[in-house]
Amino acid sequence: MSADPSAFRFVSTNRRVREDRRFVVGRGNYVADIAREGVLHVAILPSQHPSARILSIDSSAALAMPGVHYVLTGEELAAAVDPLMNGLDTPNVKRYPLAVGQTRYAGEWVAAVVAETRAQAEDATEKLRVSYEPLSFVTDAEKALSPDSPPVHPAHGSNVLLDKTFVWGEVEKDFAESPRHLTFRVVWGRNSTVPIETFGVVASWDPWREMLDVWASIQMPKYPDQIARALRIPANNVRVHQDVDVGGSYGVKRGIKHTVLVSHLSRRLGRPVRLIEDRLENMRGGDQHGPERIFDVDIAFNDQGIVKSMKMRALDNAGGYAGRAPFQLGKPIGAIVGPYKINSVQYRAQSVTSNKAVQEAVRGFGQSPTNYAIETAIDKVAAAIGVDPVEVRRRNFIRKDEFPYLIPSGTRYDSGDYHTVVEKVLTHVDYEALQKERDRLRASGMLAGIGIAACLEPSGGNSSFEPLLNEKNTTTTWMDSCRINIDGVGFVTVTIHTTSSGQGHETLVATVVGEVLEIDPDVIRVVRPDSLASLPSNTPVGSRMAIMLGGAAFHAAQKLKAKFVKIAAHQFGCKEDEAQYSKGGVTGTKSSDQLGWADLVNIAHRNFHLLPAGMEPGLETTHVMQVPTGDKLPENGRVQMYPCHSFEFHVVLIAIDPVLGKPDIRRYVIGHDCGTVINPHIVKGMTLGGIAHGIGAALLEEFVYDGEGQMLTQSFMDYLLPSSHEIPKVEIVHHCTPSPYTVFGQKGSGESGYLGAPAAISNAINDAVRSLGISFSKLPIRISAISDAVAAAKQNKQ
Amino acid sequence: MKIDLNVNGVSRTSDVEPRTTLLDTLRDDFLLTGTHAGCEHGVCGACTVLLDGEPVRSCLIFAVQADGYAITTIEGVATAPGEMSIIQDAFCETHGMQCGYCTPGMILTAHALLERTYDVSREDIVEAISGNICRCTGYGQIIEAVEFAADRLKKSNAPRGNKAAKAGDAGGHRAPVEGVLEAVEASAPGKVSK
Repeated sequence: MSADPSAFRFVSTNRRVREDRRFVVGRGNYVADIAREGVLHVAILPSQHPSARILSIDSSAALAMPGVHYVLTGEELAAAVDPLMNGLDTPNVKRYPLAVGQTRYAGEWVAAVVAETRAQAEDATEKLRVSYEPLSFVTDAEKALSPDSPPVHPAHGSNVLLDKTFVWGEVEKDFAESPRHLTFRVVWGRNSTVPIETFGVVASWDPWREMLDVWASIQMPKYPDQIARALRIPANNVRVHQDVDVGGSYGVKRGIKHTVLVSHLSRRLGRPVRLIEDRLENMRGGDQHGPERIFDVDIAFNDQGIVKSMKMRALDNAGGYAGRAPFQLGKPIGAIVGPYKINSVQYRAQSVTSNKAVQEAVRGFGQSPTNYAIETAIDKVAAAIGVDPVEVRRRNFIRKDEFPYLIPSGTRYDSGDYHTVVEKVLTHVDYEALQKERDRLRASGMLAGIGIAACLEPSGGNSSFEPLLNEKNTTTTWMDSCRINIDGVGFVTVTIHTTSSGQGHETLVATVVGEVLEIDPDVIRVVRPDSLASLPSNTPVGSRMAIMLGGAAFHAAQKLKAKFVKIAAHQFGCKEDEAQYSKGGVTGTKSSDQLGWADLVNIAHRNFHLLPAGMEPGLETTHVMQVPTGDKLPENGRVQMYPCHSFEFHVVLIAIDPVLGKPDIRRYVIGHDCGTVINPHIVKGMTLGGIAHGIGAALLEEFVYDGEGQMLTQSFMDYLLPSSHEIPKVEIVHHCTPSPYTVFGQKGSGESGYLGAPAAISNAINDAVRSLGISFSKLPIRISAISDAVAAAKQNKQ
Repeated sequence: MKIDLNVNGVSRTSDVEPRTTLLDTLRDDFLLTGTHAGCEHGVCGACTVLLDGEPVRSCLIFAVQADGYAITTIEGVATAPGEMSIIQDAFCETHGMQCGYCTPGMILTAHALLERTYDVSREDIVEAISGNICRCTGYGQIIEAVEFAADRLKKSNAPRGNKAAKAGDAGGHRAPVEGVLEAVEASAPGKVSK
């Protein structure tokens, strides 16, 4: 199908997002709204210690409290369920929903109390008496790396989960041949997406049907499989209800430990059991923290600022257990050179356990921290040669005519036109005027800086980082599916086989199917079967649904169209290629050869005698879609990661009152190219929301642990989320470079904005303070850090 | 304790523990699940309801304290089954949400603002919604929604100006709400929800 936007009927038009209607009237169906008769409630007792042996748990007083049904400990649970899945081959890093024998971070779940009401369960947790023997602990990643640090998992032998060095191309030669080198360290603080809805789950075991029903606020690939494996029951005994609205996720809603916990309890107690995290449980023990990463970067470049080679070491603090955290070091390999023609790269990926909360997938899956490191490097190169940072980026960009472009680590970028996007943004923002405004602010006594960031959003989410980092893993597909059924009365129903967390997938599939079948998307019903009635899906991760669910819906609709044509051609007595589908009807070669929607539906549903030989009756098609490209296992440490690469270019003007230190974003412009846009409202929202999330990561948000291993930022009073005051009006400059690998030329946009905003903000602040001889190399850059550093710098100058 | 609350114009009774929040009572006892728990410590605003037309965090007030106030939840905003208020429709028009979780609180806050302010500036809106955290949208399309709603309310010629409620006069606050409802009817329902 053509990627020319003017050729589309519904794709790329400003149609309303159908999900919005139920949300504005308070009729979303969130997990806390699921009412089950006889449901019991769970409250959690957390560990006070970052590391301690559990000597005993006395639950007698808790059990005597009103309404209390049960107290579950890790010992009982570990005997009944298998450990939760690890991404890497680290069998001795065993993780259960409750601490078993030892706690590994302050806030880790030690026991669960089940009661008639949540309040009663909470009351009873206060009556639990746990005897601990505190053990030595480590929270710092570099210390955890050291062989003499206390191992978080003694059975594993050390804290190292992953230490793998890749060399792509002739790095040493390129370094030797480059006249200029630069070395620096930047640190990405531990933050997360922190959705306003906490994680929640309701599970109900029916011993007669042998069925576990699960309702959850979930965004997790292979969720039913993981539940079944942990509970040691057949996977077709697990039925996940996917018509649950998820109140925000952005990667982190992967509450497998919560789910296994309540599922076990439901099986044990014969009642539905629910656990809806409160904010404390969510922040300290929900296992939803994001990457915390130290980057050591060496850059080799020439006097023109052309970057020839890069060495990057990324050390990530995974927290108390492994999970999928180490993979967040793997995904960025697919865009390890950003939008630049860097000839060779050495990349050392290190992941360590520590006595902090467990890390989970966060928007971009490690890409935003990596982009922050790359974009800091480019700014440093620009400063080193005294050339404008935009110009240095232009000199290093891959050119439009060089796509598809193979990067050293094995991924072929699909398409892009970075120079044009930059040009459009500079024209829109009037770059010279912006520089004058910065200089005017400086002359008035303010600190002012312009921040630039150019980066990619890999999209289409396969999971090639799994086999790349774990040789036992042979995953080469990460499919998604769609089924379309036209009923006997002619109405169209389309299925989605996952939950959604605000991405507008119902609008997406209705738009795509409407486009292909040339019918009004508003008359298409979209439903979500439960997991047992579903086709394979890998959920909305990796900016993949426009490409994968959109693609599956497209192909399923094409199959339906083909069936219509086949039926009609059979009636007309003509060849299939002589029959023409248009707006729900088919015409043939003669003027009398006309069959409308109702005729075709009638034949398919009621007139088997009129169907071509061998055709199944009814009008139902399915498509299970393989991710475009990326169908091979890694070779020599190289692999094709995601198929599509959206581009974003940020220009930010920040003014800082030197006394207050508060960064005031005066202008924020983003150039965004995600290929063909399916719904402009949705893409705009993702981009603006991603930028807000990036501003939070850059300036405000961090899970801070003190020297005692205690988390200090457990509430929204100290883990600061950006409000409408902190987020400026953002101007978006659009460009469309279609992807050659997708059905409409679309690319992903679910992580847009977030992937470049932290880098742009950091670069702007560093531009603002450069004249003072200081710089900031750790995110978040808090107001207090700025005011302190500025004051110290001024004092030193005096 | 027995309580008798006026919720969305209907008298509702319940028997609650004194420590029960208004949020839990609305959700658990009255099954008004459009009011959402976010942080439960008064920061995020997801649980916002209106008491006598003013936005209040239902997680920070006990149900027993809400006795005597006119409580409006998101369920009391839509004009009729399947229809929407001008403000709700405006949020749909600009896609002023994604996951929808903060949306009821956001819309009630916007309702309160547009009740008392005829000419709203961007700054007014930013200030009004600054107590409602949204993690999805970056606020851009929410601000656009409120601007759009303000414009349409203006054009609808509906009587507004909730000065009475602001001054603490519980008697005068409901007339403007009814005015808004009339305005929606006047602007041809069915079309607005398209």
